[in-house]
Amino acid sequence: MAQKREIAGTTVFDGEQAAKGYQLNKMCFSFNDPENRKKFLADQGAYFDKYKLTAEQRAALASGSVLKMIEAGGNAYYLAKLAGILGLGVQDIGAQQTGMSVEAFKQKLLDAGR
Amino acid sequence: MARIIGGFFTSHVPAIGNAIAKKQQNEPYWKPFFDAFPPVREWIGREKPDVVVFFYNDHGLNFFLDKMPIFAVGAASDYVSEDEGWGIPTTSSFKGDPKLSWHIINSIVADGFDPVMCQEMTVDHAITNPMLLMYPDSNWPVRIVPIAINSIQHPLPGPKRCYDLGRAVGRAIESYGENLKVLVLGSGGLSHQLDGERAGFINKDFDQECMNAIAGDVSALNKYSALDVVEKAGAQGVELMCWIAARAAMLGRVKELRRSYHIPISNTASAVMLLSNESVEAAKAA
Repeated sequence: MAQKREIAGTTVFDGEQAAKGYQLNKMCFSFNDPENRKKFLADQGAYFDKYKLTAEQRAALASGSVLKMIEAGGNAYYLAKLAGILGLGVQDIGAQQTGMSVEAFKQKLLDAGR
Repeated sequence: MARIIGGFFTSHVPAIGNAIAKKQQNEPYWKPFFDAFPPVREWIGREKPDVVVFFYNDHGLNFFLDKMPIFAVGAASDYVSEDEGWGIPTTSSFKGDPKLSWHIINSIVADGFDPVMCQEMTVDHAITNPMLLMYPDSNWPVRIVPIAINSIQHPLPGPKRCYDLGRAVGRAIESYGENLKVLVLGSGGLSHQLDGERAGFINKDFDQECMNAIAGDVSALNKYSALDVVEKAGAQGVELMCWIAARAAMLGRVKELRRSYHIPISNTASAVMLLSNESVEAAKAA
């Protein structure tokens, strides 16, 4: 079997990741419906049970670490819906993942244009 | 006969929709991006396309990982903009053109493609933002045919495959018997990455290479694999595939009319291009 291609700082969301993260992403997909967002906020534990999240996924969510959520199979497009509920924008998430302050992360993006 | 009058290519970053809703177009952060559009709208207003064929990627609204198509073609009579879960305003729905959709499906299947055929499709910011940028009053004077390209789950179709898809769709449109003016649209990009330690990655050099290829010979990008594009354009920069397919659908004499590139909007290098396409037949007759 061919070796997986390594891309620095990037998790390629392949079949293995998609299988690993299925329940977590399925939960996030449900957040397209505003009623489900309310249910999640009312009782997160019950919501995790409903979607049969794995122990790793629950621990990742409890830690609030986006990198851990990705490691647990989370996909950026679906996790974005969870971030929305938590009131986090893409710069907040970018800052967290890169270990920068939000201001520094925003500056890094501005600098990329120079 | 139907003819492709041009191609419009634009970033579709969600924040654009929020900026429009909050009327921030003239704020210093947004102005360099929004300034690209008045000339595009002027051209579109003059050329008056009847149909927009969209090459776009769904962001986890219509498709989930239970059934994830590599390519999907909409054949609905209308397409509803729905809640994406994180607050972007929805728009009024879009009229489809089922007859043209089925013609495209029949034609590209005969040409060797196996798209998923969708009679119901909800559409997200990859459709609504370009539509709002073209028609800010939300009165849509065009019908749409959405063609979704998987950008979520690997393996993704790479540049060569998307180029071939675009060529096949272009041949389908140009062989359609009705007298229609069609605009092709490539939605997304350019370089950006939201996830991982490399979040915030932007690659100006590669974006320039891509825009030059879109203006000139788009097949120059076929040497890259999908994973090459992840590496060079970022995990979400793979939306470039939508640009490649849309550009490849333009079979005639292509002329670059506008180009705008600005870093950043949100986490993305934003780009806007407008190309005209003079069909080979018309060029011969002239």
